[in-house]
Amino acid sequence: MSLDFATPMFLIERNKERCFNCQICIRQCANEAHKWDSKKGQVYSIDANCVNCHRCVLMCPTRALSVKKFPWEFRYNANWTPEAIRQVYLQAESGGVLLTGMGNDRPYPVYWDHMLLNASQVTNPSIDPLREPMELKTYLGRKPDVLKIKKGKILEEMPPQLELDVPIMFAAMSFGAISLNAHKSLAAAAKKMGTYWNTGEGGLHADLVEYGSNTIVQVASGRFGVNREYLNVGAAIEIKIGQGAKPGIGGHLPGEKVGEEISKTRMIPQGTDALSPAPHHDIYSIEDLRQLIFSLKEATEYTKPVFVKIAAVHNVAAIASGIVRAGADAVVIDGFRGGTGAAPLRTRDSVGIPIEFALAAVDTRLREEGIRNKASIVIGGTIRNSADVVKAIALGADAVYIGTAALLALGCHICQKCYTGKCNWGIATQNPQLTKRLNPEIGQERLTNLLKAWAHEIEELMGGMGINALESLRGNRLMLRGIGLNDRELNILGIKAAGE
Amino acid sequence: MTVLIDAKGLHFEELNQRIRKTLQSGAEKIIIDNVNGQRYIGAGIKGTQTLIINGIPGNDMAAYMDGLELVVYGNGQDAIGNTMNKGKIIIHGNAGDTLGYAMRGGQIYVKGNVGYRVGIHMKGYQDQIPVVVVGGKAGDFFAEYMAGGIQILLGLNLKAGERIVGDFCGTGMHGGVIYLRGRVEEHQVGREVKIVDVEAGDLEIIAKHVKNYAQYFNIDFQQVMAKPFVKLIPYNKRPYGNLYTSY
Ligand code: SF4
Ligand code: SF4
Repeated sequence: MSLDFATPMFLIERNKERCFNCQICIRQCANEAHKWDSKKGQVYSIDANCVNCHRCVLMCPTRALSVKKFPWEFRYNANWTPEAIRQVYLQAESGGVLLTGMGNDRPYPVYWDHMLLNASQVTNPSIDPLREPMELKTYLGRKPDVLKIKKGKILEEMPPQLELDVPIMFAAMSFGAISLNAHKSLAAAAKKMGTYWNTGEGGLHADLVEYGSNTIVQVASGRFGVNREYLNVGAAIEIKIGQGAKPGIGGHLPGEKVGEEISKTRMIPQGTDALSPAPHHDIYSIEDLRQLIFSLKEATEYTKPVFVKIAAVHNVAAIASGIVRAGADAVVIDGFRGGTGAAPLRTRDSVGIPIEFALAAVDTRLREEGIRNKASIVIGGTIRNSADVVKAIALGADAVYIGTAALLALGCHICQKCYTGKCNWGIATQNPQLTKRLNPEIGQERLTNLLKAWAHEIEELMGGMGINALESLRGNRLMLRGIGLNDRELNILGIKAAGE
Repeated sequence: MTVLIDAKGLHFEELNQRIRKTLQSGAEKIIIDNVNGQRYIGAGIKGTQTLIINGIPGNDMAAYMDGLELVVYGNGQDAIGNTMNKGKIIIHGNAGDTLGYAMRGGQIYVKGNVGYRVGIHMKGYQDQIPVVVVGGKAGDFFAEYMAGGIQILLGLNLKAGERIVGDFCGTGMHGGVIYLRGRVEEHQVGREVKIVDVEAGDLEIIAKHVKNYAQYFNIDFQQVMAKPFVKLIPYNKRPYGNLYTSY
């Protein structure tokens, strides 16, 4: 065997004065970064196994542990960064495609941070959300071209709509990628907050059928867990064409995570890699997409909105227009910073475009074509806080999906190792020893808290702008100003520069 | 109770609504005449009734279907039995592409040939085993990404030089089994596929389904069984396991 050039990424430091060798860290670390030296009668660490998930750091009763970046310095080189060097070493060793988890971690500009919100001063006074009613209600689905009203009643039947009390939904994360306890937390929180969670492409566990009216069920190319009951139990159906973390390639659930329960829900052999290739092998055109959309509408007797989710890519506006014309009730766009359970590193870090541009381009295009009413726009990847939500809505989104932020609420520490099936926080794993660490009751509570806090903040920001209903903010780009953006970027975003 | 529906000039939405209503009102059997390309017949319907389809049904017939029996007197188009869960489809003719896509259960019998990408992503779990039996040949990408179930190609009535299956057969296969009545060359099958001899247990399975085929289409069972079969299975259930390096 040749010498392994790859050095550990992290250094585990154990404060000897505090450590009393209780061995909790050994039991807590599924990556086996802590070991017991029976001769010396003490705990020791294997730095190379550490993924910096902080489980041991937080579980250690005497706070004896800390994890740092491994102090291995290459000679400074702006071109050959330590990551770039390490990746070459790894591939020279293995010949493999580099696999990672979570979203793009490269320092691309975050355009949310280049947009500022407006506030009222003197004229059009601001509104105090603590005293005045604020309306966050959102309806997702196709809206008719004209509304005929007679004696206060809408004359024709409205196409099916999803009613959201907060404009934030939980993004698609499959049972398989994440644990049943994570799904339970998301489902219960969605129900409590009057919003929706999304099954992802791995089907719906029988225990979660009771949350059907707050569930968006996903249909991807692998069609895992898709049957009549599944389609009908959900409130809406989402066709997954692509995902921001890995545009152009399909779903991939590594065999390590395909145990008995997953095998049963997905109807595939245990231990196999669950592959959902891109493309759907029955979709090669907008007409084919229409066929799938209507097969789902037929199967559910036109009672559910059908969403189509795509990754934000270069021609996103034209594609979205095609999707709307194909009959989708909502277009879901996932930006290039969106998370994932497993993605090839090169795809995750270098394919796709920022969601801010994609959203602005799609909203503009659909308006120009006069079809904006025919479908809602939902975006994700990455919404980090309530200000991002407000900016997204002002740019033209009807609602947003949060994935990574929801997992953070459940304890995720963004170690990017979701594909290993060893998530020490019980989220991205199917190992019962680990999944039991996530209590769905507590998970639900933390998610509910997060949404409540964000909803308050959204109300405050809206009130500051003198707006009392989300409807009045939607697509209201006058509420946005760009900072540090060039003319072209401002143009695409359809906003003025700060000071204009 | 048998009910007759004339599909002439009906849009699929109207036709399918009529079918659903008729089934709800207690019909055990519906005969649908003059079917001419209407899509989604039987899609998403749960039940044990029978639809007799005279004509050529459109794409996505029996998509997500859960239990019905569909008999087609004519050819079928694309995506028949897409993600079907339970039930039976008998087609007295040829069928198009992606038949049995992601099928999860039930059986499809096609008298003649089928198109490309048939039976891809087929699933299976314990005793829920979907079955596709094709009397003639299948095009390229047959059984791609197959994860479970049984698919049988009989290669009946092949013309001289015609192959029972196209190229890239079973690419990405990681579960289930394919039986071919005839020969297949190594270069026709995906890298993940192993060609092996059939054993006694296999012949039992084949005979069971061929018997049905012979009965539905009035063909001599013994004659079909007289020719040898080969069996295609995945080398292992993790064809892409070694492709990746943890970063
Ligand atoms: S992998 Fe996590 S639990 Fe294990 S040593 Fe590192 S930080 Fe601690
Ligand atoms: S879900 Fe778990 S494995 Fe994935 S990034 Fe978060 S802590 Fe790490």
